[in-house]
Amino acid sequence: MMPEIGHFALIIAFCLTLMLATVPAWGAWRGNVIAMALAPTLAIGVLVFVGISFGCLASAFLQDDFSVALVASHSNSLLPPIYKFAAVWGNHEGSLMLWALILALWTAAVALFSPSLPLLVLSRVLSVMGAIGVGFLSFSLVTSNPFARLLPGTPVDGGDLNPLLQDPGLIIHPPLLYMGYVGFSVAFAFAIAALLGGRLDASWARWSRPWTNIAWGFLSLGIMLGSWWAYYELGWGGWWFWDPVENASFMPWLAGTALIHSLAATDKRGLFKSWTVLLAIFAFSLSLLGTFLVRSGVLTSVHAFATDPARGMFILVFLALVVGGSLTLYAFRAPAVSSKVTFAWVSRESLLLCNNVVFLVATLTVLFGTLFPLIVDGLGMGKVSVGPPYFNAVFVPLMVLLVPFMGIGPVSRWKGDDVARWRSELMIPAVVAVVCGFTFPLLHAPYNIWVALAVLLSSWLVLGLLQDVWRRLRNASSPARGLQRLTPGYCGMLIAHLGFAICVTGVVATSQYSVERDLRMSPGDTQELAGYEFKFIEVTQVRGPNFTADEARIEVSRDDVIVASLLPQKRRYLATGSVMTEAAIDPGLFRDLYVAMGEPIGNDGAWAMRLHYKPLVRWMWLGAIFMAAGAFTSVLDKRYRRQRHVVQSGNKAALHGA
Amino acid sequence: MHPVRKQRLYLVLFVALFSSVAVGLVSYALRGNINLFYPPADVASGKAPTDQSIRVGGMVEKGSVQRADDSLEVSFMLTDYQASVPVVYIGILPDLFGEEQGAVASGVLDSEGVLQATEILAKHDENYMPPEVAYALENSGYDKKGKTK
Repeated sequence: MMPEIGHFALIIAFCLTLMLATVPAWGAWRGNVIAMALAPTLAIGVLVFVGISFGCLASAFLQDDFSVALVASHSNSLLPPIYKFAAVWGNHEGSLMLWALILALWTAAVALFSPSLPLLVLSRVLSVMGAIGVGFLSFSLVTSNPFARLLPGTPVDGGDLNPLLQDPGLIIHPPLLYMGYVGFSVAFAFAIAALLGGRLDASWARWSRPWTNIAWGFLSLGIMLGSWWAYYELGWGGWWFWDPVENASFMPWLAGTALIHSLAATDKRGLFKSWTVLLAIFAFSLSLLGTFLVRSGVLTSVHAFATDPARGMFILVFLALVVGGSLTLYAFRAPAVSSKVTFAWVSRESLLLCNNVVFLVATLTVLFGTLFPLIVDGLGMGKVSVGPPYFNAVFVPLMVLLVPFMGIGPVSRWKGDDVARWRSELMIPAVVAVVCGFTFPLLHAPYNIWVALAVLLSSWLVLGLLQDVWRRLRNASSPARGLQRLTPGYCGMLIAHLGFAICVTGVVATSQYSVERDLRMSPGDTQELAGYEFKFIEVTQVRGPNFTADEARIEVSRDDVIVASLLPQKRRYLATGSVMTEAAIDPGLFRDLYVAMGEPIGNDGAWAMRLHYKPLVRWMWLGAIFMAAGAFTSVLDKRYRRQRHVVQSGNKAALHGA
Repeated sequence: MHPVRKQRLYLVLFVALFSSVAVGLVSYALRGNINLFYPPADVASGKAPTDQSIRVGGMVEKGSVQRADDSLEVSFMLTDYQASVPVVYIGILPDLFGEEQGAVASGVLDSEGVLQATEILAKHDENYMPPEVAYALENSGYDKKGKTK
């Protein structure tokens, strides 16, 4: 009975999104207050019914209801309960449900936490989000019903969850990533609402900014978790593969990074208005494109589930409607909203513009590399793949270009600045950065020029930040007073930029210094790697809840002191018989030691072993956490709340104006 | 010229300049870094180049996987049931690599027609087939069990 209730709730939710997409939009058009006032209620109704539906699906998984086709193929009675729950989104249909649930969450959040928003704007925003909901819920209902039953012919036990997915990573990575992906729909909805209204004032940017920052923060966390998960779960020790699906999440992030910076200029100075709107459309379109790439299976990727052309077609049409529709609207309305403000070339605006150009170009190059195989295939010129060398060759120089400007950014002033002032402010940071760049790589032999460059750039960035904090404290009456005056918005920027510097250092250091070796090892063998001795002690048989495994014991010592005892496993899952590598990692702030088992070789108990030494690999994830923390901190800024009273009084005026 | 217009003109010029640099960078990077895919039949008939990295995909032939006792060298045959390509790989294979399963190998063909692979991709769950392997099998008119369609 539960699955039917779930299915029914999903249909009701679909009907509610239809109403949400039409009624308030009509109300906003005709100036009908009652129709507009329905929007928040409908948004919450959608959340309730999608929530019920999702709950029913989850309970089918938790109670091992194998009469539901989805449960039968993706779960198993031996699966630990937490993975049964996570298995809900470990497949195509369920991940769409998660998408729909998160969209409903964002929609309801906008409805609940926007008391300062004029009803006219709110109803338009919620309507746009409702329209997106219509797209996704109909996709779910028409092509990928998660509640389809296997009656008769209910299997006794399920086919099990793909072992790669039986990991804590699955529990948190997809929800966080989707929070980010779908979160950009809020920025998109605000942009479309502004275009529909034909008015883009400073308050528009102020409304849209916190939502965009939160979405961007979640997306950063989601991508970071995905990278970390791939690192320890796939057993290759890699953390970024430029896989099409990684790119699919990375492109909205890049466009979103451009968006949050151009929103800053729009918010503070009323600049780049139409550009910001375009970026918001672009970021969300890339989220949808990502969904298309992942869900249609058109590209070879570790994330693709079994393919179904009908699904790919559906999302493609939906994507075309969203992109085509919003760009058409943009073409008609953008001239009306464009800004008439000028700025000097030496100013913070120019630096933000540099940020935007770099990130936009980065997005486009990644987009091009990701879609190139599809284009070539479509032209009938054969099947090609574009590998990591391409992405590294275009992406790395762009980031190198970015950081010098990033260092100046915090120090710079709006409207117009003075190169001489920059020079006097940043002379000391520049000198110290050069010194750091030369000296820090000396700590790790052999001297590496790329690491030197990375340290130079990131210390330039960090010192620029410190210089600006120092200037602010120096100008205040007392340091404590100065600290108090640092707004959450400013602190958020500090934390996020600091995170970027940490991330750059980590990425370059781990790429340059890592030592990786695949070896044949017999019990008793010792191998030396980057000053560490890896001693292979023995292999034992162990049993987990739903698998058996060969577990190796490897003792790592340095200068005859034991550093770690690592227990990598080769698991065989009972339900499917599939084999999985479980790497063992000794983590550290400055280096990771990583061991994974390959296959047994020969008959004397020897194994293929993968040994890695990875310096500073944690730094890039730490950096991403800082970036997300920065984004969340900035939302606490008073400027996003202070306007409540002012705008509410302007609320009626806005209504009458319509 | 109106200052706003003038600024906009500079903006457009700046963006155009920057994007052309990017386009140059992209085309340079693309030239050396794309891998063409060949089904085993094309490799056997000599259509594949021998001096650049390619990808070959098909099913791993039953009974063809041979592992050296003293090193990490593995050899196997990739087939589309029309022709087979011998592949040699040194390293650790992915977990879901197996006989009668789809796999894609990337590497360079040597003078004897053996693919010296630097990377092996296997499918990652039970029902998934790499699109290239599906394409190769479709071209040869066989399904994944080796039966004529």
